[in-house]
Amino acid sequence: MPISPSQLPVCVHGLRKTYSDVVAVDGLDLEVRQGECFGLLGPNGAGKTTTIEICEGLTAPDAGTVELLGLRWETSAAELRQRLGVQLQETQLSEKLTVEETLRLFRSFYRRGPAVSEVIAMVQLEEKQNSRVGSLSGGQKQRLALACALVGDPDLLFLDEPTTGLDPQARRQLWDLIERFKTEGRTIILTTHYMDEAERLCERVAVMDHGKVIALGTPRELIASIGAEHMVEFAVDGIAPLDLAALEKLDGVRVAHCQNGGYQLQVTVLHRAVPALFDELARNRIPLTELRTHSATLEDVFVSLTGRHLRDE
Amino acid sequence: MSEGTAVAHEMRPAAERKAFIERSLVQLTLVRFREFWREPEAVFWVFVFPMLLAGGLGIAFRNRPADVIKIAAVGPQLAGALRADKGLSVEQVDVAAGEQALRAGRIVLLAVPAANGGVTFRYDDTNPDGRAAKLVVDRAVQRAAGARDAVAVTDDFVREPGSRYIDFLVPGLVGTNLMGSGIWGIGFTIVDARRKKLLKRLIASPMPRWQYLLSFLLSRLALLYIEIAAVVGFGVLVFGVPVRGPLWELALLCLLSSISFSTLGLLVASRAQTMEAASGLMNLVMLPMWIFSGVFFSADRFPNVFQPFVRALPLTAVIDAMRGSMLQGAHLSQLGPQLAVITCWMILCFFTALKLFRWK
Repeated sequence: MPISPSQLPVCVHGLRKTYSDVVAVDGLDLEVRQGECFGLLGPNGAGKTTTIEICEGLTAPDAGTVELLGLRWETSAAELRQRLGVQLQETQLSEKLTVEETLRLFRSFYRRGPAVSEVIAMVQLEEKQNSRVGSLSGGQKQRLALACALVGDPDLLFLDEPTTGLDPQARRQLWDLIERFKTEGRTIILTTHYMDEAERLCERVAVMDHGKVIALGTPRELIASIGAEHMVEFAVDGIAPLDLAALEKLDGVRVAHCQNGGYQLQVTVLHRAVPALFDELARNRIPLTELRTHSATLEDVFVSLTGRHLRDE
Repeated sequence: MSEGTAVAHEMRPAAERKAFIERSLVQLTLVRFREFWREPEAVFWVFVFPMLLAGGLGIAFRNRPADVIKIAAVGPQLAGALRADKGLSVEQVDVAAGEQALRAGRIVLLAVPAANGGVTFRYDDTNPDGRAAKLVVDRAVQRAAGARDAVAVTDDFVREPGSRYIDFLVPGLVGTNLMGSGIWGIGFTIVDARRKKLLKRLIASPMPRWQYLLSFLLSRLALLYIEIAAVVGFGVLVFGVPVRGPLWELALLCLLSSISFSTLGLLVASRAQTMEAASGLMNLVMLPMWIFSGVFFSADRFPNVFQPFVRALPLTAVIDAMRGSMLQGAHLSQLGPQLAVITCWMILCFFTALKLFRWK
């Protein structure tokens, strides 16, 4: 069924933003559907935050149009602010206030929304309700920031790197919360440079690099697009480099790379490729020192698209 | 709330009616209070420090009745003659010890008998105490030699509240306090919020921006009267400093001054990204006023060429007006020039700050 642009919660066309001599966003188009969690994935400096801040009305684009919920910033800023929920990267809320006071403040800005106690329950901060923000852990602070984004019962939620800097347990806890909001049918846009986060939370992902979208689709589609389901990484004893062309001829192997002193194979059929690799190495009397395999991830998609890792540089 | 489907925004309930306490301006102002009271240092600098300063200076410069002048004399004869004067505390020394005491400031004058039967006075003629000592010692020497007054004089001492140093000092401290809490209080909070990206987060919400700025003025208003009451009350109760003008006019004057300094604080904070930059700017703004505006001594003492500059400083105008109201009982109508200076600064700073202000 064709959808007219005004029915899409987020519709961005030809977005451009330049800072002095750096092109942060370079002709970006995005469409996000009602009720989906859309991920902007890319390394630091890819233009994710600039893009999301233009959408949030915090940065003016040099060119392009942004239409959210059928409204534009130029004409309906006040209405949009009422209907968006925003979590910014690295906001530090006032440390002297308690959790409840902070939420009461943010709640007072919105025309309508859940009661403060309800929001506190949503992010599971009941026990910390009367604690000062300064005494919260990193994960609790992120949950409070999320709560501040939810007090206005937003139609559209922007989360900019919601789990960056958190320990694995706190990240998982935050993911559980975000997954619950998804079941409530909210539209969410989230940026991240963790591919596992995008794979777990997002229905669709746009992979960004140098201000452009270089791939767009569901995580499954993107992983399928590289044509290999598994990755085999190994290292060998000896100085002489292996012949990559010979490796690529092995049964079930699509592509072979050198990487960080070792080798990486993109593999379609793991149970045939690994024995074939063993045979090849044994035939050449090359001892294997390391072997790892994993299912292909969005990280591998990024590497195969750009030749770089997401968290390089 | 949770059935957020595709039609959710067409079916939104009308905006709810909010209780007074749930309004954003009230919440923002409450936040200002909480942040202030939960910062023990701020409470100390605003309330306790001015009282300690007034107390300390009040004691150091208290008007001692029959203040004795400390001098030294060489030789028992001269020392004995000078001891006859009750206003002098005389130490008998040799020349070397006397000069040592003079340099150290323990005495203000050294009297040395001269070869011709006269007396030499050694003292610093740029020090008012030295000049006063010279007059008193001279009189004592002349009287000891038999001189008599040609004209009979009697003393009639005036030690009335209102003309003492502490009376001069308290209005100055009130003015400095208004300046400090206006500029530090507002400037630091805003720059800190900008540095922590809190300002950016706030403008991403529907918060009306003018309410954010207004909340600072509203919280200043309430705190203002507490801090003025603390400093003036301390002066009145401990030193009997007079408040001769009508209280409501003094209150109005404090209000206007505080708003004026708050807009200056807003201007200082309009661009600064770091606390270091803000703190440098604030010192740049406040230091000249601490020096030139006559907090501790009269601004009239500066040379005439400086006077237009000194008079144009907002703190000079505030302190002059405070002294006029408290000490001379002047009405606001008599303080026109000062009020004009304060108002001009307020308008100038406010509109410049609005133009320069950066939320991010």
